[in-house]
Amino acid sequence: MTLLEIENLTHYFGGLKAVCNLNLRLDGSELMGLIGPNGAGKTTVFNLMSGFYRPMEGEIRFLGRSIRGLRPHEVTTLGIARTFQNIRLWNSLSVFENICISQHCQLGYGFFHSVLRTPGFVRSERRVKKRTEELIDLLGLRHYAPEFPKNLPYGLQRRVEIGRALALRPKLLLLDEPAAGMNPGEVDELIETIRWIRDEFKLTICLIEHHMRVVMNVCERIKVLDFGETIAEGRPDEIRLNPRVIEAYLGDEEPADARGN
Amino acid sequence: MRNYGSILSYATLCALAVAAAKLGILNAYIQLILMYIGINIILSVSLNLVNGYMGEFSVGHAGFMAVGAYVTSILNVWLFTESPVFGPPLLSPFSAVFLFPATLLAGGVAAAVVGLLVAVPSFKTRGDYLAIITLAVNYIVKSSIENIQPIGGARGFMGMRNVIGSMQAVLNLPWNLIWVFICVGATVWIIQRLVNSTYGKGIIALRDDEIAAEIMGVNTRRMKIVAFMLSSGLAGVAGGLFAHVLGYINPGTFTIMKSTEVLVMVYLGGMGSLSGSVLSAIALTIALEVFRPLQLVKWVVLPLLLILLMIFRPEGIMGHRELTDVFPKLRSWLPPKEGRI
Amino acid sequence: MFLETVLQNLLNALQWGSFYALIALGYTMVYGVLLLINFAHGDIFMVGAYAGFFVASLLLGQYTGFLPSLPHALIFGLTVAITMIITSGVGVAIERVAYRPLRRKGASRLYVVITAFMCGLILENGNLAVLGASRRSFPQLLANTAHSVAGVAFTDIKVLVILTTILVFVLLETIVRKTKLGMAMRAISCDRMAVPLMGIPMDAVIVFTFILGSSLAGLAGVLFATAYPVLDPYMGAIVGWKAFIAAVLGGIGEIRGAIAGGFLLGFVEIFVAAFCPSTLRDLIAFSILLIFLSIKPTGIFGVARATKI
Repeated sequence: MTLLEIENLTHYFGGLKAVCNLNLRLDGSELMGLIGPNGAGKTTVFNLMSGFYRPMEGEIRFLGRSIRGLRPHEVTTLGIARTFQNIRLWNSLSVFENICISQHCQLGYGFFHSVLRTPGFVRSERRVKKRTEELIDLLGLRHYAPEFPKNLPYGLQRRVEIGRALALRPKLLLLDEPAAGMNPGEVDELIETIRWIRDEFKLTICLIEHHMRVVMNVCERIKVLDFGETIAEGRPDEIRLNPRVIEAYLGDEEPADARGN
Repeated sequence: MRNYGSILSYATLCALAVAAAKLGILNAYIQLILMYIGINIILSVSLNLVNGYMGEFSVGHAGFMAVGAYVTSILNVWLFTESPVFGPPLLSPFSAVFLFPATLLAGGVAAAVVGLLVAVPSFKTRGDYLAIITLAVNYIVKSSIENIQPIGGARGFMGMRNVIGSMQAVLNLPWNLIWVFICVGATVWIIQRLVNSTYGKGIIALRDDEIAAEIMGVNTRRMKIVAFMLSSGLAGVAGGLFAHVLGYINPGTFTIMKSTEVLVMVYLGGMGSLSGSVLSAIALTIALEVFRPLQLVKWVVLPLLLILLMIFRPEGIMGHRELTDVFPKLRSWLPPKEGRI
Repeated sequence: MFLETVLQNLLNALQWGSFYALIALGYTMVYGVLLLINFAHGDIFMVGAYAGFFVASLLLGQYTGFLPSLPHALIFGLTVAITMIITSGVGVAIERVAYRPLRRKGASRLYVVITAFMCGLILENGNLAVLGASRRSFPQLLANTAHSVAGVAFTDIKVLVILTTILVFVLLETIVRKTKLGMAMRAISCDRMAVPLMGIPMDAVIVFTFILGSSLAGLAGVLFATAYPVLDPYMGAIVGWKAFIAAVLGGIGEIRGAIAGGFLLGFVEIFVAAFCPSTLRDLIAFSILLIFLSIKPTGIFGVARATKI
């Protein structure tokens, strides 16, 4: 069954068309990349998919169900999780607590249970902690669990953000520039991690990225945006040779990055 | 179990204090101070939930106190006493002893509903604009009460002493003191439990980054409603207690000045620190008593102190920490905090 | 007959709203530049009224025996000028002593707001403690001749207040849109970080903003005391809060907003008072505020700042 279907999505900011007639289709367990110059509308697409913006025209259907008009946390309960371009971790809470809290919509208990500490509450908390512990171990964050995110190096913070998103057991994971600010070593790790996440958790990943090495080595399919419009879509080897893409984004000079080096 | 140790010790201390009061060891003045401290603790802790844990700027806490004070007092006087306003009591005066917690709760619930007036606008507005709305609600409550002539309007309302009197006729104990102790314990217990659960920590996530919280699945609107209603509800309970301690209330008590007192307590103790709010409530109540001879000048000295605090130690006494962070040995004695490894 | 009542109330509303507008201007300018609600501002209005009282009494020769007898109009002018200087001084002093250290430390806005609140309290209660609770009466300096046109009664003072406010509005718009300092003020309200990097002296611009705002509050204080000669230490509190509401109603940070909000609130209060018992006046005014802010949280002229993620 089609996981995500976007039809003729259009969104404006004032007079500026941020996204124009976007069509996208994602099936299960895919690794999709969204690339394009700055201002092309990529993050706007993610924001529309998360429910943060309400699309002006067009439809977004997740698992057959339209998400138009749903509030962001409701979209999340359906199974879409994401990370952010600028890291948005909760800095008064430890790494452990950050990952616990993203399971908020799956707690299954409310105010009275948390005050009265009913058996339902105890079971729920135990389940949340267990899943958090698993993720922390899987992502190699055990040593940093009691730390506050702002004390951690950038690369680790990104990993915590990914962990936070994974805690929701999403069906679709949106990664917004996960390699931003990373050195080459960290980028290699990231490529491995993303592939591993897809295999281990059997989910679909859609990522926005400027680091061509990550895009070419990770994504199975790439969509290129420019000024809100799709200018190309296809496999990595097709995209890197596409003249329109080279002109708009990859550059006319010897495209060293485009070769995936 | 660790949990019960602290509850037992608190209960024992309170029982001792009540016994001392009954035996006359603690005179009326000390009892009054203890009750003021208790009421201020409830006010401070409840406001800290919204201003500290949730990071909002609510400046109208006295409005909710007023709602609780009036609702509880009116119910009690109407049901249990002979009064010029309502006539003979509807129920036997002796039942006041058992039903007092019910009327207190009713005051709290009424205040919680009024808290919705602030909670709903908070969905769209934050920060400065929300501060104005809380201010407006405080004024609206006070103005409304002033305009309701049957309950005394601006002149005030009284009769609560008779309620306490009928309670003492059944069993001669310092009931005000007892109920203050019970409510303080309940307040701290509720808030502590809420904030240490994953559910309650959603409130802190809301403060740190509301957008991220909403997108990561926290139902921010529901959390705001819970926090505001709980906060105002507890303030209402504090108001009900306050009314019976004084025996007389009027709208002029519940102005921005009273709200400011509570604000000072919260920021003095440290936003987001439960033990901080408790400590600062105690400290400030005692300070206000000590400075009482200075009269008006105390309202110059106190703001000055707070300004100095803002400049040199804005995080207050405890900052974001709790007593258990400063004195780790206490940890074995107090209930455990979930999530800290 | 009904038309006359409406016109009469309209005029009263313009005058009453003028005070709110003048004070709201100070709130809005400081907010636009510092993103700070200067809660002490309403009390600067009170300081203006009291300062005017003392200056006027001094010039009238009530404290010294030997001052020459000056024409009252001149005394009025001098009082206004000197009071505006005094209130600017108070405003700048508060900025220097209380807000600037916090700004330097990069303290969260919340702490500065609390400090502002406390400064206001100190001014009010300091006044009460030093000068006592007895109300004072502002000396009458202007002949308050009443006129009547088409059945609508108005006095010289009413006209003066309204004209002054319009003049101030024109002046401020000119300053903000045509001068370099005004441009700097607008720049700061758009992006605080970039401004010092561009070589604009932030502190100087901020001090200028406070001077402007506080002197207008002082002006409002003297005018208010002239129109309603009874002074009391808490007058700044309630009028100040209402002016703040006016600023928010109009859209805080916008000068047109302060004027619009001030007059709007003036209209609401006067018309409510004309048709409802006066005790309900505050209640209805605040309720209208609540409803309005729920519908349009940014006020009449306010611009919503969109968050980008």
